[in-house]
Amino acid sequence: MDLNFSKEEIAFRDEVRAFFKDHVPAKTKQKLVEGRHPSKDEMVEWYRILHKKGWGVTHWPVEYGGTGWSSVQHYIFNEELQAAPAPQPLAFGVSMVGPVIYTFGSEEQKKRFLPRIASVEDWWCQGFSEPGSGSDLASLKTKAERKGDKWIINGQKTWTTLAQYADWIFCLCRTDPSAKKQSGISFILVDMKSKGITVRPIQTIDGGHEVNEVFFDDVEVPIENLVGEENKGWDYAKFLLGNERTGIARVGMSKERIRRIKDLAAKVESGGKPVIEDPKFRERLAAVEIDLKALELTQLRVVADEGKHGKGKPNPASSVLKIKGSEIQQATTELLMEVIGPFAAPYDVHGDDGSNETMDWTAQIAPSYFNNRKVSIYGGSNEIQRNIITKAVLGL
Amino acid sequence: MDFDLSEEQRLLKESVEGLLKGSYDFDSRKKYAKENGGWSRSMWAKFAEQGLLGLPFAEEDGGFGAGAVETMIVMEALGHSLVLEPYLPTVVIAGGFLRRAGSAEQKAAHLPGIIDGSKTFAFAQLEKNSRWDLGDVSTTAKKKGDGWVIDGEKFVVLNGEAADTLVVTARTAGGQRDRNGVGVFLVPANAKGVTRKGYPTQDGLHAADITFTGVEVGADAAIGDAANGLPLIEAVVDDARTALCAEAVGAMDESLTTTVEYIKTRKQFGVPIGSFQVLQHRAADMFVATEQARSMAMFATMAAEFDDAKERANAVAAAKVQIGKSGKFVGQQSIQLHGGIGMTMEAKIGHYFKRLTMIEQTFGDTDYHLTQVSNSGGLI
Repeated sequence: MDLNFSKEEIAFRDEVRAFFKDHVPAKTKQKLVEGRHPSKDEMVEWYRILHKKGWGVTHWPVEYGGTGWSSVQHYIFNEELQAAPAPQPLAFGVSMVGPVIYTFGSEEQKKRFLPRIASVEDWWCQGFSEPGSGSDLASLKTKAERKGDKWIINGQKTWTTLAQYADWIFCLCRTDPSAKKQSGISFILVDMKSKGITVRPIQTIDGGHEVNEVFFDDVEVPIENLVGEENKGWDYAKFLLGNERTGIARVGMSKERIRRIKDLAAKVESGGKPVIEDPKFRERLAAVEIDLKALELTQLRVVADEGKHGKGKPNPASSVLKIKGSEIQQATTELLMEVIGPFAAPYDVHGDDGSNETMDWTAQIAPSYFNNRKVSIYGGSNEIQRNIITKAVLGL
Repeated sequence: MDFDLSEEQRLLKESVEGLLKGSYDFDSRKKYAKENGGWSRSMWAKFAEQGLLGLPFAEEDGGFGAGAVETMIVMEALGHSLVLEPYLPTVVIAGGFLRRAGSAEQKAAHLPGIIDGSKTFAFAQLEKNSRWDLGDVSTTAKKKGDGWVIDGEKFVVLNGEAADTLVVTARTAGGQRDRNGVGVFLVPANAKGVTRKGYPTQDGLHAADITFTGVEVGADAAIGDAANGLPLIEAVVDDARTALCAEAVGAMDESLTTTVEYIKTRKQFGVPIGSFQVLQHRAADMFVATEQARSMAMFATMAAEFDDAKERANAVAAAKVQIGKSGKFVGQQSIQLHGGIGMTMEAKIGHYFKRLTMIEQTFGDTDYHLTQVSNSGGLI
């Protein structure tokens, strides 16, 4: 057992860290530090920087623009990216539909879509959840009927993150209504400019506009936009959801938040002393730091295991990552609320594009706290994660 | 970065687990507990035979030159089986003092007896009012000729009843809570002026309250610097805390397995109670708590190699916090999920809960270590 990175890994970390330090645009970085949402242009600007450096789709196969890094290198890259902080690569293209296309897609689909995902010429969003299908995703009702050389799609998707920016959406659609739940679903790529698509914003409790409803009304999609085999979409969805096991812990992001908490708690006063000197506050902070250290070690165990034994068999500890990672993210936003106290109250009205630019840093702390309640709900709620542990680990 | 065991470490793990599997089921443990001092001489001899008692000592001292990882492997296995024998006070603590600071003569006098299993030790440290402060020492060691005279009272000394030799912390100078002026002394348990009052502890181990009245020992009794022994004591106690973390992980792991097994078989309302989601999620949370504890026990183990003493101490304190929290949760919920049967002395699960509870109360509880981490500025 050895906790240390190798000399080569340390050199790699330093290279990555230096690159982020020099290349993350200052305003974007500041927004992330303050928990604000960068605009689409700011995100695309950063993705193009990454792409130019060859780091846009790091974990893809080398032939499609990936890096061939080891699992430890991927870990280091993600940690440094979160800690910088810099915007995370757009998951819907890079981590979700990209791997589905290069694993199950046709040669034409690979040629057509992969380069444009890598360069973020196409912005992708995810059409999975529906109003009646949340945790029970396989109950989805949006249907695609084959008519000549077209699919005709009707239905509604929801919680579609940043659909307002999207050029494309990948959808799970029911293609065989007579088949059992999971077996009648197909994975279809849809151009967001298609006639019959309506995007309606959902305003979340923080006042922001991250998610949307997407309506499909007789939307015509070319038959060749089906990925893989008809009615096998559920398998591809499972592949997609299981693809990223370790990034979900967001250890680097939580570390960055803790540094910010310490920074602010040294500035904000309470009873004539900085908040950081309040022993009760400091112990609550220390408790979160210990939780985070334990999570970091758990994550390293998973990463080291994948590096040595391949990704085939998930390490049982990996199911801990989503639950603890989300709890810790939420705890850091609670601590920030404690630091800012009564000055959490002023509300900064968001722009139509979901950005918010105008007020000072205190204005984002309460919205961040409100917004972070989502992290124990999305990506398989923490209760679903416990179901997974129950079945896959404990055999109950 | 690597969390795998080496080939040799894997073999050690297999051999210690194999030994305990064959001879340390819950019924055997009950028999061992009835022997003098609360543990089995024949088991101890088997530990010696397998080389477990010589693991951390240098090869030139007759040991195997093993490190913190090997101790973790053994302690985790001991935790799995709720082993009663005095591995912690003898090998980890007394052995730790001798290994780190013993003179050549002290090592030659004491290590062979530890390694061959003929002698056991106890660590007489806790005092009436010292609680978690290792530097709070009222017991005195006064110079007399070349040697020392020791006076004072020590409490809850694990294996204090059966030990052949006591490792005693005593003040050679300064006031009760001064960092300077604390020494560490080897005292034969049968020395004139040593009075031991032994008793069983809540978790089935044995301890003693020990009074030292004008106990005379030679110049060779002092381990290390008798005028400034606290850094040594802190280092050895950090080793002991790390070992306890590993023991607790073994106990949690076994508690979880036993509990999951139980809820798979126990039927109510015509079905196994493990089919109820409320119990499934509780068990899932126990799994999360156990894995987080395992991660931190590994962290503390690897921190033994840290150069910076403060960073090492901080890592151990953080691990002790995690183990305290996880152990309490896993222990309590194991009883809850067992229901009434978990309340009985007859079922093994309650004994795991009791050991986990006592581990939290040894060498600093969760609150104490949380304050340590907090005062040191945290981990990030």
